Amino acid sequence: MSALNTAPCKSPADLQERVAAALFREAEAIANRATKVTEEEDSRALRYLERKLDDFLTSRRTGFLLMTALLAFIFWLTLVGTNYPSEALARLFSWGEKQILAFLGGLNAPLWLQGILVEGIYRTVSWVVAVMLPPMAIFFSLFALLEDVGYLPRVAFNLDRLFRATGAHGKQALTMAMGFGCNAVGVTACRIIEAPRERLLAILTNVFTPCNGRLPTLMALAALFAGGGLAASLLLCALVLGGCAITLGVCYLLSRTFLKGLPSYFVLELPPFRKPQVGRVLLRSLLDRTALVLVRAVTVAAPAGALLWVLSASGLAAKAAAALDPLARVMGLDGFILLAFVLGWPANEIVLPVLLACYLSAGTMVEAESLAGLKAVLEEHGWTHLTALCYMLFSLLHFPCGTTLVTIYRETGSLRWVCWAVLIPLATACLACTLVAQLARALGLVTSLFT
Amino acid sequence: MTFPQDNRPKTDGVVALVGNPNTGKSTIFNALTGLKQHTGNWPGKTVSIARGTFRVGAQKYLLVDLPGTYSLRAGSPEEKITRDFLLSGRPHVTVVVADAGRLERNLYLVLQVLEITGKVVVCLNMLDDARRRGICVDVRALEEELGVPVVAAAARQGLGLQELKGKIDALARGEISVCPRRVKYDPDIEEQLAFMSGTRWLALEALLGQQKPGEGSWVERFKYCPV
Amino acid sequence: MSRLPPGQKAEVRRLLGEGPLKFRLLDLGFVPGTTVEAVRRSPLGDPVAFCVRGALVALRSKDADLVLVEVLPGDQRRGACP
Ligand SMILES: Nc1nc2c(ncn2[C@@H]2O[C@H](COP(=O)(O)OP(=O)(O)OP(=O)(O)O)[C@@H](O)[C@H]2O)c(=O)[nH]1
Ligand SMILES: [Mg+2]
Repeated sequence: MSALNTAPCKSPADLQERVAAALFREAEAIANRATKVTEEEDSRALRYLERKLDDFLTSRRTGFLLMTALLAFIFWLTLVGTNYPSEALARLFSWGEKQILAFLGGLNAPLWLQGILVEGIYRTVSWVVAVMLPPMAIFFSLFALLEDVGYLPRVAFNLDRLFRATGAHGKQALTMAMGFGCNAVGVTACRIIEAPRERLLAILTNVFTPCNGRLPTLMALAALFAGGGLAASLLLCALVLGGCAITLGVCYLLSRTFLKGLPSYFVLELPPFRKPQVGRVLLRSLLDRTALVLVRAVTVAAPAGALLWVLSASGLAAKAAAALDPLARVMGLDGFILLAFVLGWPANEIVLPVLLACYLSAGTMVEAESLAGLKAVLEEHGWTHLTALCYMLFSLLHFPCGTTLVTIYRETGSLRWVCWAVLIPLATACLACTLVAQLARALGLVTSLFT
Repeated sequence: MTFPQDNRPKTDGVVALVGNPNTGKSTIFNALTGLKQHTGNWPGKTVSIARGTFRVGAQKYLLVDLPGTYSLRAGSPEEKITRDFLLSGRPHVTVVVADAGRLERNLYLVLQVLEITGKVVVCLNMLDDARRRGICVDVRALEEELGVPVVAAAARQGLGLQELKGKIDALARGEISVCPRRVKYDPDIEEQLAFMSGTRWLALEALLGQQKPGEGSWVERFKYCPV
Repeated sequence: MSRLPPGQKAEVRRLLGEGPLKFRLLDLGFVPGTTVEAVRRSPLGDPVAFCVRGALVALRSKDADLVLVEVLPGDQRRGACP
């Protein structure tokens, strides 16, 4: 064939070409002998359908719109699906709390023990399980379904042009999609990006994709902010797209400063769509995620709750919060919020529970195991729309959690990049919150959450 | 990447799972070992090595799930992982998972693997999918052409996995004899290969100048060869 | 190759360039003599999806230009690619 016609040349690259050609020639011959293609009506229809679907998903007009709509739809499904299990779990836990209190009271247990067990450990864990777990499991499962169909490579295909413009790689879209499940997984997935520079960009900015542990918080606040349902899912969607925009912006800046270099190449195979085994995928990811969160509730949330109770009881929490308060106010937050982000560093899903425990220990006694309770507690502590917005921004942009940092260290093998992985998002978060807070105050847009 | 030989669990053999990206390697791995590697319909889902064990009768095998790769040329990290594992991990049996719907491009990798080792079982996966697209594969003909056992499977439905296990076991115990297909390159390449010692694959790699000298210990063996 | 309009088939003649990208392209099946088809452009026009040896592969135009092709005459109908 034509490979033979080219003039013989001894360069390795040319040899490579001829070797590859020989291999493919042989593969083609074998495949031709062993396969028979039957042109059935059904298979032709299937191929036609797939082509049309692909055209639709990646067309100039509908490509981006569809991506956004799909994201909003998944958020909406999660919001709607969360309500029932959340409420049921909340009821179960508040019943459980009464039982434990009664039991401890019967034993004449000392007050501090009751405090640590109930107000510290039990409340934090029950918050994580009742409020955080349902949206985490539901969103994760829906996303797994999308992954199984084969939609994700199309997203990368659609977005590559944008990433290229910032000096990054289209496959970063895939790593960000994995980041929705967990940033540590997203960072590991960056291995699919071959060029080291682009891989580093993807690793450093993965945290701007809200992971599973932050999503429920964002969702709860969006529901408070926008009144639930469709509006909340659109708000969430806007927030996530904002995160993507910031990812692109940071990539742009980095590729012009620390990580200078030309974009390398982008080669991605787009697999055929496959009909997912809906039941099995949903069930498995639901169970997987539930198991994971439950384990983390015991190993991370429970100790954090205990520690927090000790800090609160000894007045240290209040002191630390007071120290952080002036800084926090500039960013539209308060001292307790910053403290919660610091204490919640090991795992993002405990940040909001820790914050509530802080608030509750500071005087209020509200049953906070539901969204209505949440509203009341936040109101008590002077939250405005601005606080909620800044909290969401800070949560979206702040430093990566402990697990993710360990993963970043493993993937980059250097503490320097770990430091940057903390500093870049932290600076971005502070900047964004400060800007928003100052702007809102200057324009007089600070309104109470409940008017 | 290193492959500590000593802390491997005690088993009767090591079985490697290689194949193009997105051909269902992790699905097969999960089905055989009962573990829960993540699977997903996009190339590059698996980026690291996973290990698990499975039993065939009294024999216990260690199964290694490798990242998907288009070739073994050590160009990209996942290719390097897979190549290095095949060359230095020395699995007793290598299962190459191929997508029945795109046989030709999958055979490209199969032929490369056959240059490294003959102890290969080709697992022709996604047969259900291929069938729906009107593609039928003659397993017997493929077996004849390749000279190694070929198993038809649809891993997601759990079809063909028993046979796969049986073939792995039989091959590991030497009950099946193989005569792996050798690709014929252009005459001048063949001529040069004939002068070189070592396996065909290593000779070819050296010839292509893929590895810079000193990068792997095996390069030493080719020091005096006309490269 | 990047200038092929969607739906157009062509035959690979030569590969330019060096290094990892060239090897990657070879491994994906862009070897001389192969029939390829431009299938679709991404919304922003840049990566283009090509059908090569039964698979759909997306390439940036810059990279696709390393593959020199010759348009196959009179073959405007869509092929049997995925
Ligand atoms: N229709 C069908 N789909 C399958 C079959 N086996 C696997 N799949 C699907 O194919 C997709 C890819 O499977 P994986 O097991 O993740 O593939 P892999 O080879 O491990 O992929 P990489 O890790 O990216 O190399 C998943 O969506 C599976 O559900 C099969 O026999 N039939
Ligand atoms: Mg895999």
